[in-house]
Amino acid sequence: MKRIFPILGVLTAILLIYALYQALVAAPTERTMGDVQRIFYYHVPSAIIGFMLFFINFGASVYYLIKRNPAADIVALVTAEVGVVFLTVNLVTGPIWARPVWGIWWTWDMRLTSTLVLWLIYVSYLFLRRFSSSGETPLLAAALAVLGALTVPFVYFSIWFFRTQHPQPVMGSGGSIDPRMLHALFINWLAFSCFAFLVCWSRYRLEKLQREVDHAHALESLMDPRGSTR
Amino acid sequence: MSGNPYLFAAYAVTWVIHIVYISTIVSRYARLKREIKEAGVRSQVSGVRKP
Repeated sequence: MKRIFPILGVLTAILLIYALYQALVAAPTERTMGDVQRIFYYHVPSAIIGFMLFFINFGASVYYLIKRNPAADIVALVTAEVGVVFLTVNLVTGPIWARPVWGIWWTWDMRLTSTLVLWLIYVSYLFLRRFSSSGETPLLAAALAVLGALTVPFVYFSIWFFRTQHPQPVMGSGGSIDPRMLHALFINWLAFSCFAFLVCWSRYRLEKLQREVDHAHALESLMDPRGSTR
Repeated sequence: MSGNPYLFAAYAVTWVIHIVYISTIVSRYARLKREIKEAGVRSQVSGVRKP
């Protein structure tokens, strides 16, 4: 396993460079927005990957609630943390794209507001995990994650349910897209998905090691009742 | 492709966010390894002292 990680890291780095080339050079320039539309290739994959990670978080949380499996708890924590990072990228790149196109940085329309609420729910989840020392923390966090996951479809479908400033999707039933743009989008999604997987893997190993060390410290304290060395 | 400050800002901020997050993982991992090393030395010392 230790050998696979660097190999996957190098492959992902190559894929990310190729994705950057696709986004900045290979994809055609959009007619009305010009080059600023290329933000799309980072903005959209970040949102999709964030949603995917929250979906995995939901699955792991439900599994933890049923089985009390510690590995599922770690997966839930890791996917929420990395999901928040990707959603942060989405929330930051959105206003940078909106400013030259809409003339405003932010508007309180349903898609933008619900995305911000989703981000706040998962930030609350991470705060709960970070600062609560109760033994029930994983259970409470899992319950919060289930509620948070219910917000994801609402965010996604909000552009159909409400009149929003945010555009309709350019794929599927919402519209059409140049095949070269679609290819660039797919490559960027793939590259960032591989990147997210590697980050989750590293974070999982770190969390597992942290828990082992904490467990060892707890045992050490029990075996040495005169005083902990920490 | 012409230089667009908004495009540059969006791409730059994306990588800054990812690099900052990866840096926190790396620093936490280094701190944990140091902690494990110190704990190993400590257990060795306490092992010597034990009769």
